[in-house]
Amino acid sequence: MTTTHKVSIWRGGAEGAYAHYDVPARESQTVLDVVTYVQRYLDPTLTYRFACRVGMCGSCAMTVNGVPRWTCRTHVSKVTGGGELQIGPLANMPVIKDLACDMTEFLEKWQKAQSRFVPTKTRKDPMEPIKPDTPQRVAANAGIECINCGVCYAACDTVRWNQDYLGPAALNRAWTLANDVRDGGQIPRLKAISDHGGCHACHSHQSCEAHCPNQLNPAASIAGLKRLSVSAYLKGDLK
Amino acid sequence: MSALRLYMVQRISAAIMAPLVFLHLGLILYAVQGGLSAGEILSRTQGSIFWAFIYGLFVLSAAAHVSIGLANILQEWTPLKRPAAAGLGHTFGLVLLILGLRAVYAVVF
Repeated sequence: MTTTHKVSIWRGGAEGAYAHYDVPARESQTVLDVVTYVQRYLDPTLTYRFACRVGMCGSCAMTVNGVPRWTCRTHVSKVTGGGELQIGPLANMPVIKDLACDMTEFLEKWQKAQSRFVPTKTRKDPMEPIKPDTPQRVAANAGIECINCGVCYAACDTVRWNQDYLGPAALNRAWTLANDVRDGGQIPRLKAISDHGGCHACHSHQSCEAHCPNQLNPAASIAGLKRLSVSAYLKGDLK
Repeated sequence: MSALRLYMVQRISAAIMAPLVFLHLGLILYAVQGGLSAGEILSRTQGSIFWAFIYGLFVLSAAAHVSIGLANILQEWTPLKRPAAAGLGHTFGLVLLILGLRAVYAVVF
């Protein structure tokens, strides 16, 4: 006998409702498998976003039973405990339709935090040797596996309360660049992340760390930026 | 004031207040143990530069800390934008400062 999951999925935009579906249970079934089944066999108008299906691209994050998760690497059995499955769009971002949310502001805040590499050499210069065991490189390595999935941004209380707040992902990226000895944009970046809505707005609730699917710790990165900005201020590099 | 300066003022004021709160609580426990009257307490505080400095510093730190913290709370928990939240927070901090310094003046001078 085939068992089924009782699944409710958000349908609509900002205004909408959860629709209910019965989806056949499979072994090692992921939440993304469930969503894909609904779209292919039950309702082709369901909108959602995915690409790689292996936890590399960060496209398929959704709210699963109230918790932001990467759905391609989340087994149904892990989150339902035999009960129902509720799947909605990520929080803290406008809903475009169904499970697809608008990530424009999330990504614009990466730019606002100047979270981009500023080169200091040309192609004619020799490649800079980077020792992997220096404290700076160890700190950068701890944060570079971010896949831009938006889970930390959706989980963050400060993002929900303060629309200016840059968010854990953008600040985590800024911290990895602050520890990159090749980067030439340090002071402008520190100014950007020390402004209103920058790293000092973080309340250190650590939801970002609790929910990051790659086990990164953006809260620690933000704490590092707080120390770095205060140090730069005391040295006179920041006004 | 820049966000970084506000952050630093709030952290420094908190660091100043933490030991002063324990000193204040200890003082209350000490003062009531032996049944000191208000008159006896005032006789020890009046003319004391030490208590004027301790409680003056406490009032300054509390006013700065509350002013910034309240502005942050108002911005995050109400529909107020940052300038309005900062205005209300700083006004409340100023009231605390005046009331606190007035109290310090009353028990020391």
